Amino acid sequence: MEGVVSRMNVNSRDKLFACITATSFVLDDLRIYLDTHPTDQEALDYWEKVNRVRKEAVEEYTKCYGPIYSYDVNVKNRWTWVDEPWPWEGRC
Amino acid sequence: MWSYEKRMQHPVNITCRNPRLAQVIISQFGGPDGELAASMRYLSQRYSTKNRKVAGVLTDIGTEELAHMEMVSAIVHQLTKDITPQEIMDSGFEKYYVDHTLALWPQSAGGVPFTATFFQSKGDPITDLVEDMAAEQKARTTYDNILRLVHDQEVCDPIKFLRQREINHFQRFGEALRIVQDELDSKNFYAVNPDYLPDLCK
Repeated sequence: MEGVVSRMNVNSRDKLFACITATSFVLDDLRIYLDTHPTDQEALDYWEKVNRVRKEAVEEYTKCYGPIYSYDVNVKNRWTWVDEPWPWEGRC
Repeated sequence: MWSYEKRMQHPVNITCRNPRLAQVIISQFGGPDGELAASMRYLSQRYSTKNRKVAGVLTDIGTEELAHMEMVSAIVHQLTKDITPQEIMDSGFEKYYVDHTLALWPQSAGGVPFTATFFQSKGDPITDLVEDMAAEQKARTTYDNILRLVHDQEVCDPIKFLRQREINHFQRFGEALRIVQDELDSKNFYAVNPDYLPDLCK
């Protein structure tokens, strides 16, 4: 049972992280598009919509699994910024 | 000011090491058409451009190139992680290894160290943006050349992502160039530096 729960957690962690990657990328591409098309209303609406989803995903991920931004480290009795793997370490 | 996000722009998870391939891919870290040169080029050029939109494109693409440099570095790191002395000798990695062990150091595939002479920052937005468009194409060609040598899908996937970004950036720089040209003074027929216009030869 414990195995099933931890597997579910891993899955939801991966899903949440994938959501952050995907929404952030949409915004990376939109940002440079909007730099040269600042009045494209469709793009502006899309930015707002995706940015909202991204913000929620980052908040949820930070709360459950640790900070993506050092500003969001929850400082009680330990600096957790360096606890989780660095992005270049890969999955293995 | 920059702040670090503890994540890759696109995931890099390579499980099968390949030091021979790493020696080719490192060119997109510190080589002539690599991500480090790209980032330094755009972030250096932005100060002298008077058009705010163009400065925005240079800032945001220059920032994204830093994330690409991190991805390329991660690919090289994972392809060479924990390789044995025998693998080093068998793959031709020994000439890099002797100076850098398994660390990342910006150089081209041919061993030429990174240098600022890989790029220009000219103070003329037309000159600079034409260079930037060429730079995106040169990087795209380099990724094409890399993709012909790669058979591992875990390496292919992030390289294809990076290749696609070169195409998007080329498009944005093309728009930035058009914006600058649209705003040229009608007497400036030959598009002489619109951001620095003291008379020539006086």
